[in-house]
Amino acid sequence: MKTIKELEEIRKKTLDVVNQRKDRTTTRIVVGMATCGIAAGARPVLLAIMDEVSKLGLSDVIVAQTGCIGLCRLEPIVEVIKPGEEKVTYIKMTPEKARRIVKEHVVEGKVVDEYVMHVVDGKVLNDYSVQND
Amino acid sequence: MRELSLHIMDIIENSISAKATLICLEIIEDKNNDILKIIVKDNGCGIDEQDIERVKDPFVTSRKTRKVGLGIPLFEAACLRCEGRLNIKSKKGKGTEIEALMKYSHIDRAPLGRIEDTIVSILLYPQLDIEYRHVVNDKEFIFDSREIKKVIGEDLTLPNILQWIKEYIKEGIEEIGGGVY
Repeated sequence: MKTIKELEEIRKKTLDVVNQRKDRTTTRIVVGMATCGIAAGARPVLLAIMDEVSKLGLSDVIVAQTGCIGLCRLEPIVEVIKPGEEKVTYIKMTPEKARRIVKEHVVEGKVVDEYVMHVVDGKVLNDYSVQND
Repeated sequence: MRELSLHIMDIIENSISAKATLICLEIIEDKNNDILKIIVKDNGCGIDEQDIERVKDPFVTSRKTRKVGLGIPLFEAACLRCEGRLNIKSKKGKGTEIEALMKYSHIDRAPLGRIEDTIVSILLYPQLDIEYRHVVNDKEFIFDSREIKKVIGEDLTLPNILQWIKEYIKEGIEEIGGGVY
């Protein structure tokens, strides 16, 4: 059974992390969480991101939620906002894809191109590969 | 939606849009009377009196991105499907209370699903507190994020703290024999 004592231990361990997080410029990972996102499976995506962030011990990352972005057919949508860089929007996410994004984009700085939303001639494309062929 | 916990999450997102700071979530599994009751109460900005019946209409929404809002209509449909109903009470400036009633054993009743995931997702909003009470017949489990904040301070959004909370709630629900179905 879990006890509050355990929680105090965790707190002691993470206190430094909290302080670090306040001074540093942080990366934000934002998940769309309106009715459309939730119905499309945004909750497991959000939890997978949180889990991956904690597994990799990333202290300068904030995981947050937002409402409907207006592109319901492309949900679940994840946005990665790194300080000083342009926002990257990932579409049709799954927990597995989201974990890859945390590893490759957030940690290594390589944008995972195949999941990114592409806008060509002012039109949002559902499927990147079609455009490539 | 596949799980009732996802409907709950969706309804709470409405509370967040209404600038609520405290959510009271109550789940009552009354197996003796064959009733499942879910209550979500918030201290947000509330709904205008003339709008209360209208929010069940999918073409009424306060958002600006488009003209359709499906959160409440979907939840109501999930209740009606299993001989239940959805009640909305609200006072402008005081808050809103949504009560969902369902026949517990109805074949079309969706499973409760992962309530702990819903609560943890909501706790990612640092300004929000949640008081959660889950009753199964005469057993009860209570979780209050304000109690946790007393122990560890205001910031609950760290992944390993949320992980702990998730496990804690999961164990609590299992202990009273609730959740899942």
